[in-house]
Amino acid sequence: MENQLDTVHMMVNMGPQHPSTHGVFRMVLWVDGERIVDVEPHIGYLHRGSEKLCEGEIYAQIVTLFDRLDYISNFNNELAFCMSVERLMGLEVPERAEYIRVILCELNRIASHLLFFGTFGLDAGAMTPVMYAFRDREKVQSLFEAVSGARMMHNFIRIGGVRNDVPDDFLQRMEILIPELEQGINEGDRLLSFNEIFLARTKGIGSINYDDAISAGLTGPSLRASGIPMDVRKDEPYSIYDRFDFGIPIGQNGDSWDRYYVRVEEMRQSLSIIRQALRDFPDGPHAAPVRILIRPPNGEVYVRVENPRGELGVFLVSNGADKPYRVKVRPPSFCNLMALKNLVKGEYIADAVVILGSLDVVLGEVER
Amino acid sequence: MVERHRPGAGSKASVELRPKDVVLQGILPSKISEFHPEIGETTDMVEVIVKPGDLVAICDKLRNDADLEFDYLLCLCVVDYVEHLQIVYHMYSTTHKHKLVLKISVPPEDPKVKSVISIWPSSDWFERESHDLFGVLFDGHPDMSPLLLYDGFEGYPGLKSFDFHDYTEW
Repeated sequence: MENQLDTVHMMVNMGPQHPSTHGVFRMVLWVDGERIVDVEPHIGYLHRGSEKLCEGEIYAQIVTLFDRLDYISNFNNELAFCMSVERLMGLEVPERAEYIRVILCELNRIASHLLFFGTFGLDAGAMTPVMYAFRDREKVQSLFEAVSGARMMHNFIRIGGVRNDVPDDFLQRMEILIPELEQGINEGDRLLSFNEIFLARTKGIGSINYDDAISAGLTGPSLRASGIPMDVRKDEPYSIYDRFDFGIPIGQNGDSWDRYYVRVEEMRQSLSIIRQALRDFPDGPHAAPVRILIRPPNGEVYVRVENPRGELGVFLVSNGADKPYRVKVRPPSFCNLMALKNLVKGEYIADAVVILGSLDVVLGEVER
Repeated sequence: MVERHRPGAGSKASVELRPKDVVLQGILPSKISEFHPEIGETTDMVEVIVKPGDLVAICDKLRNDADLEFDYLLCLCVVDYVEHLQIVYHMYSTTHKHKLVLKISVPPEDPKVKSVISIWPSSDWFERESHDLFGVLFDGHPDMSPLLLYDGFEGYPGLKSFDFHDYTEW
């Protein structure tokens, strides 16, 4: 009798409007009891055609479109596009502008990882860390507001430099902010990282090994959690990253906890970079003299930038006109989300939320 | 109006390769000479242009040769040059830390190319996206269903011939 019963896999629809999906993202899960047998991610709810829109705007206007790709780390996105145009034109950026860019980008990395820290705690069932994370993130955001005039969508990094110089009290503000951030990160680390329930929810969940992580196309902290020290800031230093002394945290097991802890360590490394940059902060102009209407020469360029979420690539083709011929963005979240399939198979359905959270995707960037 | 790419018009971007890529440029001709590639350089990358028929064979060579070992596909995209569609593969080696851009051209009336998903599984969504927006058919890809656009969307909005204003939402 018992052998004659048929079992079928049940289909569960998760999303598109589910609080754990961090945006509009749907995954169709096939489950056997509570085990996930197969998963099919569906994206495209936020497709705005940004790449096509870039073809209809002049270069200076495109910076605003890049702000809206990964809306948690705007400065890094702006930097990627501006660098691609500068490299194509062979444009020199003033020293002071480079330092302002690096400081803002690293602060943005900390703000982005703090958001991850809070929401990942929520995904794993811890309600308190998000309060700590947002307390500290708010301080970074108000510094951004003082510098650029906006909390998000700054439109601050321009081709050839930055829009305006930092405010007069910038260095004093930073002197207060850096120790506060360091304390906040340590507090959060002590609160969540080695909590027993949190460890039980994340250790050994969604593991991926060295070779699979590369072939699946994981990128950024998610790739480094599998033990691969791949960071564009070290492999191919852009801007002035070759002047700073910092480490690349890597994990061992490639599980959700490693992906989480790599980011916590990265925040500390970012603080170290900011300290070094503030120590050598030079005087001088904040932007090179560049016209609003520029016509980069014929050619194409592929620029790689290390975003908080991984490696952002910008492929720019110019035909000598005032608008780009083609812009292609290689978004890190897109690649991380593609690898989700490899991570959730064989795990419990409740852990799918944790694994998705540990990849830290931003849907605005996935769908562009 | 379809805006055309004008090769040769205006000034050219200057070329500056990293030392690692200069080394790569040196060893590349002997490694892939059987495919008769055109080896050149773009602004900061070594560029290889091959015929579409050789794509899978050359990708296999680039992926598995011990001196090349391009194990990480950075990006796959399509550029519409109106006369032809160019498919561009940016790749990177995590062991040797050099990078390369591989290009093939297909005719716009029959854009069909072999899929490289067996060599780089991470090309999966990139190929689906390219099919979505440019109508390039990747032969051998298991699932070519729409990724970014909704089911039943007509036309290929990435193409230069698809005008912004032709499309109204509702």
